Amino acid sequence: MGGANRSPFVTGWMWAGFAFLYIPILSLVIFSFNSNKLVTVWAGFSTKWYVALMQNRQILDAAWLSLKVGLANATIAVILGTLVALCLARFGPFRGRALLSGLATAPLVMPEVITGLSLLLLFVAMEQALGWPAGRGVLTIIIAHATFSMAYVAVVVQSRLTGMDPSIEEAAMDLGAKPAKVFFVITLPIIAPALVSGWLLAFTLSLDDLVIASFVSGPGASTLPMVIYSKVRLGLSPEINALATLLVVIVALGVITAGILMAHQERVRQRDIQLAIAGNK
Amino acid sequence: MSRVGYLPLGDRLAMSAEPLVRTLVNIPPIRLLLNFLGRFAPGGRGLVILVPYAWLAFFFLIPFVIVLKISVADQIIAQPPYSALYEITEKGYLMIKLNLSNYKFLLDDALYWKAYLNSVKIAFFSALMCLIIGYPMAYGMARAQPAWRNVLLMLVVLPFWTSFLLRVYAWIGLLNNNGIINNILLGLGLIDRPIVMMKTDFAVYVGIVYSYLPFMILPLYTALEKMDMTLLEAAADLGCRPFKAFVTITVPLSLPGIIAGFSLVFIPALGEFVIPDLLGGTDTLMIGHVLWDEFFSNRAWPVASAVAIAMLSLVLVIMFVQNRLQRRAEAA
Repeated sequence: MGGANRSPFVTGWMWAGFAFLYIPILSLVIFSFNSNKLVTVWAGFSTKWYVALMQNRQILDAAWLSLKVGLANATIAVILGTLVALCLARFGPFRGRALLSGLATAPLVMPEVITGLSLLLLFVAMEQALGWPAGRGVLTIIIAHATFSMAYVAVVVQSRLTGMDPSIEEAAMDLGAKPAKVFFVITLPIIAPALVSGWLLAFTLSLDDLVIASFVSGPGASTLPMVIYSKVRLGLSPEINALATLLVVIVALGVITAGILMAHQERVRQRDIQLAIAGNK
Repeated sequence: MSRVGYLPLGDRLAMSAEPLVRTLVNIPPIRLLLNFLGRFAPGGRGLVILVPYAWLAFFFLIPFVIVLKISVADQIIAQPPYSALYEITEKGYLMIKLNLSNYKFLLDDALYWKAYLNSVKIAFFSALMCLIIGYPMAYGMARAQPAWRNVLLMLVVLPFWTSFLLRVYAWIGLLNNNGIINNILLGLGLIDRPIVMMKTDFAVYVGIVYSYLPFMILPLYTALEKMDMTLLEAAADLGCRPFKAFVTITVPLSLPGIIAGFSLVFIPALGEFVIPDLLGGTDTLMIGHVLWDEFFSNRAWPVASAVAIAMLSLVLVIMFVQNRLQRRAEAA
């Protein structure tokens, strides 16, 4: 560490800040191995809450439901978000562009209670008028999640589209490729990493959402956050600590993998640069 | 909560996925599929614009019209519990009923005023505390060696990928009367009876600052990292004290980051439901929570809709102000 212009005060403050960010998460992990039913009173090491978690049908069912909702949501959100990004980044000015841009970014700042309430009222009105969707459940949660997730995907993909070299697409177009062909054969492979990260983003957003799902869900469709919330309201539960620990482990593994991939890619890039320099000599 | 803070990590992940994806799209069957789609997929500008437009209009725009409509309806005992906006009377006249009493109710009942003002107060001071805690952190990160910066940035964004709900839950364990903090203080003999922290405004502040701190750090970091360091060197050469240089050069240059970070914390904190619900007491009134209660506990759909409209207006005003400030700060 170190670097220009850094007083010990700044360094100390920074690490204190990181401690503030991580101590609560660490406390969840540590006390998930507590054998005491009183979560915060240590009584010895035990993994029994993990066993209990694996036998808790309610939590497992909810996790499975959340997984399905997350998968469907992420896929729909990537398709719609990419279309929005294409319209905004490639189509130049068209009538209604400003409205589309506004509509696509509004979910990013909209308070969740408002999004949830308004979508529920829509679904109720639709059921009255059209008879569809009959009742609320998985389908309405997926629609609601896709509506706000696509905004995030659109931002990620749009930044990738504006960052990419337009001359490749232009060249293909000049050589007579139709727009659809250019998109699937040239553009899509180039923006694919953004689609992957957009997909992951949408998936996580869906897996994390309590408020909107609570509004638009119906009886029998409880997502994982809804079940966690109903348990947490009643007080601390060692099983929830175990669940949190599993989640932290999964995320940490994902990040470490991404980090290794990134480091590897950086090494390849450096080697290419070295080779290029050597070749020029 | 709104999660704009996810985006930088999204980009990072995109970068790391690059080699993998590049190999994938060159696998023959996938190549073939893409070629096939390119040839036969329904294309055309019109369709590409129409599909997301229709989705957003239908699932985002129309719902607000319905909220507006229900906010002027009567509360009735029925399923759904609100009256119709218009009726065709026997003589064939169209009768439109606008009932503004829900809004009048919001103005008359002190509960709503308190909830509004309290939300603004809590959101404002939380954002301020995030700024105070986050600025030195962002500064330290931006001045760290380049190799470290990515690691530190990752550390800031990482908590986002674990569950928000569970991170708020963690604070119950820390702040409870028999929680971790009280147990440690009691064990050390520093206090002889637990400090009451749970179900207070203090707990709500801690929860919000903790959850939204990364939203503050990320834009600050972006602003501070791209700052031209030679300006500070020049100031030092001309005899400027470091603190004065910080106040007259660094702070103004990071102003866009400060404004962005402030609104990224302020706006979602304003409508927060989970944190006041789990950490706050019964006297911690916040408008997002009031809306939830009106809807779920009282089944007062028209009043909840009126609260939503009022809340939305507040958010729009704040975003307008933020936009103006941001533009001025960037122009300066």
